[in-house]
Amino acid sequence: MSATDVLALSARAAADAIEAGSLAPRELFDAYRERAAADVSAGEDGLNCFTWVAPEPPTDDAPAPLAGVPLAVKDLFCTAGIPSQAGSRILAGYLPPYTASAVSRLTEAGATLMAKTNQDEFAMGSSNENSAFGAVRNPWDRERVPGGSSGGSAAAVAAGLAPWALGTDTGGSVRQPAALCGIVGLKPTYGAVSRYGMIAFASSLDQAGPLTRDVADAALMLRHMVGRDPCDATSLEFPEAIELPSAERLDGIRLGVPQELTGEGIEAGVLDSFGATLALAQELGAEIQPVHLPHAPHALSAYYVLAPAECSSNLARYDGVRYGYRAPDPKDLLDMYTRTRHDGFGAEVKRRIMLGTYALSAGYYDAYYGRAQRVRTKIAEDFRTAFAAVDFIVTPTAPTVAFRLGEKTAEPLAMYLNDYCTVPMSLAGIPAISIPGGLSEGLPVGFQMAGPAFSENRLLDAAHALEGAIGFDGAATRA
Amino acid sequence: MRDGEPQDLDAGAAADGRAEAFEAVIGLEIHVQLATATKMFCGCELSFGEPPNTRTCAVCLGLPGSLPVANARAIHFGLMIGLALGSELAPRSIFHRKNYFYPDQAKNYQISQYDEPLCRGGSLEEIRIHRVHLEEDAAKLIHVGSSGRIHGSDASIVDFNRGGTPLAEIVTEPDIRTPEQAGEWLKLLRSTLRRLGVSDVNMEEGSLRCDANISLRRAGTEELGVKTELKNMNSFRFIERGIRAEVERQRKILSEGGEVTQETLHFDPASGALTSLRSKEEAHDYRYFPDPDLLPVAIDREMIDLAREAMPELPAERAARLQRELELSPESAQRLAFASELGDYFEAALDAAVDPPPPAQMLANWLTGDLVARLGDGEDPQASRVRPAALAELVGLVAARRVSVGAGRQVLDSLVAEGGEPQAIVDAEGLAAMDGAEELAVIVADAVRANADAAERVREGNSKAIGPIVGHVMRETKGRADGTEVSRLIHEQLGV
Repeated sequence: MSATDVLALSARAAADAIEAGSLAPRELFDAYRERAAADVSAGEDGLNCFTWVAPEPPTDDAPAPLAGVPLAVKDLFCTAGIPSQAGSRILAGYLPPYTASAVSRLTEAGATLMAKTNQDEFAMGSSNENSAFGAVRNPWDRERVPGGSSGGSAAAVAAGLAPWALGTDTGGSVRQPAALCGIVGLKPTYGAVSRYGMIAFASSLDQAGPLTRDVADAALMLRHMVGRDPCDATSLEFPEAIELPSAERLDGIRLGVPQELTGEGIEAGVLDSFGATLALAQELGAEIQPVHLPHAPHALSAYYVLAPAECSSNLARYDGVRYGYRAPDPKDLLDMYTRTRHDGFGAEVKRRIMLGTYALSAGYYDAYYGRAQRVRTKIAEDFRTAFAAVDFIVTPTAPTVAFRLGEKTAEPLAMYLNDYCTVPMSLAGIPAISIPGGLSEGLPVGFQMAGPAFSENRLLDAAHALEGAIGFDGAATRA
Repeated sequence: MRDGEPQDLDAGAAADGRAEAFEAVIGLEIHVQLATATKMFCGCELSFGEPPNTRTCAVCLGLPGSLPVANARAIHFGLMIGLALGSELAPRSIFHRKNYFYPDQAKNYQISQYDEPLCRGGSLEEIRIHRVHLEEDAAKLIHVGSSGRIHGSDASIVDFNRGGTPLAEIVTEPDIRTPEQAGEWLKLLRSTLRRLGVSDVNMEEGSLRCDANISLRRAGTEELGVKTELKNMNSFRFIERGIRAEVERQRKILSEGGEVTQETLHFDPASGALTSLRSKEEAHDYRYFPDPDLLPVAIDREMIDLAREAMPELPAERAARLQRELELSPESAQRLAFASELGDYFEAALDAAVDPPPPAQMLANWLTGDLVARLGDGEDPQASRVRPAALAELVGLVAARRVSVGAGRQVLDSLVAEGGEPQAIVDAEGLAAMDGAEELAVIVADAVRANADAAERVREGNSKAIGPIVGHVMRETKGRADGTEVSRLIHEQLGV
């Protein structure tokens, strides 16, 4: 098989080809590893997708069903003996003694760990500009961001530097970069995938999710990730096996369009693309109807209290005592703490730690954290009510297409608005998928579908049907 | 540094009448290390002096990405404690994060329970319980350098073996009024926990630790005064001394018209000094919030039933049983039941197959009186050289009058010092009771003659004057004579 033919295969097709004997695992691995290594060697001229690339191919034959298909994994996941820095200087040189459950499940199913991907520091960001390893570039336009925080994973898959990648989504960190890079990104139901070994940002929201070329690949990866993990008390047994999607029609499927998330603040080109996708859905037999998520406009505010509150506590452990970066020559304990954290964390991480610390402080807890939790409950109720009337909620994934590097770095609030359409589902803990809906001004637009908890099979099926009708071509960026 | 502990507080306070002016209001917070197989939130085995940092894992080291999972056994033990204290068991309780930076905390937060604890309310004897909750223990800081204290040390190193050990924190209402009461009650609590089998409850090894909240108020008033917190006292003696020193310090301040400052204090048992650790202004804002890594602890019928089934006989029940079945005096029954090491020793002695068997009340008296008096302060009789069966045998011999009370005490001295078998000691030392009445009568007659004055007074009706004559007989017989028999013979010979 020629290198071009190999790169044209989806992860699922590659696994099938290996099973059929028409492709050697080593051949597949080398094809991608060379491309990933070349991106690293290219330095400024590359996309800067990777923080680590496997120095050599694995020696053992990988077991079925994933048959050795190479996997790129966000730096946020701990991988035993392999640098895992969460995109932060404060974990410089940190080599975990264990591997995250989500990663080990995939490698046990036969995937081969090929690379670690760049990300916003501790998954805090929507542009991948908050990384100790530098910004990642969007393969559709090198002057634009890939989205974040799983920007390295999204750009690597879009650029054909990895067949698929693992990311994490706290408020949109899988779906938004998938949208901006023109690939598929799935955030599973909270608890469906173990968080053990995933470096925590906001524990009640963090979920691992696949970034893939197509919906079937997302289903295949998810199949080998889900399940209860005794090491994660918040993980749950998925009630059914994840099936590969096969639907081609949407007959009888009711799609709800929340007015609150499809109006003001969404770029015109994005809304046009969204409308076109809805029209295609109707052609496939779907019913489109308006729904209300009355508390959704407050989701972003609630999220930016809750996530920083949790992060302020989760990131307290980075203190220079046991691992990672420690400021040189501290004069006492407080000096070591202060300088280690001052020098080790980037600006956005420090901003959120301070926001969260404030929100949890005596006298402010009820007004901030307490109220945000109540909003969260209301949002979850909104979705339950809506799902009584419709099968899925659909929105644009992000309010804009990929923006220019540096365009929003000076304005944190403008940056936070990227999560406007994705955060409500995160707060509700429900699954949501972003698929490429088309182009606006030559850049990809994401179409988001969300379903009730544990509706992944139905959600993937519907996304698959729509994906077929849209016929998005991402091959250009993989050349 | 504050003034040292005065030598004799109670006397000093009583002498000038100040003792009546103020009443101490004392509440205790007790941390109990639970004797589970593994730590509170990970699978590491608990550590008992292993080399540093050998009982650790990603979770208890707080490594990136690690997550806690609550120990079901620790929750079971927590429920048993709640049942023993008559607490209300919360159907749903929450683990919170208590955030503060210190190197003995791997995550810079402690997982503890805050406003929704596992158990609320209850009481143990006269002291009401406020709450019982579960949390994780901190690691151990070791300060390297000559002083061994943090100040002046060259470096501080951390041993995480203890980090994550399950703790139950028991908080009382401020129902305690004196240092002695605090000490006594704590002993009862320790016995209760020991009976439950939920902890080693060893203060010296730190498996039972106690803080005290102390305030004073004018006797007869209800309003609480400003309190101070006395931290981490690690023996019963230090707790009583520490509380007494703090009560006296506050009494002095208030008597002189001053105001007590709310602060946390450390009591140094060596110097008797109270050192301020932090004031109210320096108090932490712990920023408690529910730990999102852990689900609420949901207690169901089955868990409560399991805890109930695991409940042993508790001290109050044991006292009632000892009184009912063995007809012990209420005082003896309570003494044995509330100090479980004595109760366990007593029941082991009673179960020993010795002939003649010891009467229960007499055995109790010998144990709680003679034996305890001969052992060091707080020493567990189980750990002494006197086996329960040996004490049983000795008391049996005394009861059967084969050994006199005085000779029995000599045998006990020997048992405490060297161990051994009572009968063998009696034989070797020639301590058997005199059975020849004629021989004793001769010695009594000698004694009456030698103490003519005393004999005269006894004849005149002064029965107390018999003492010197009895003493004479006991000296002559090396204590082997039976006191009652001696007394009878004296009276017989004197015709009274």
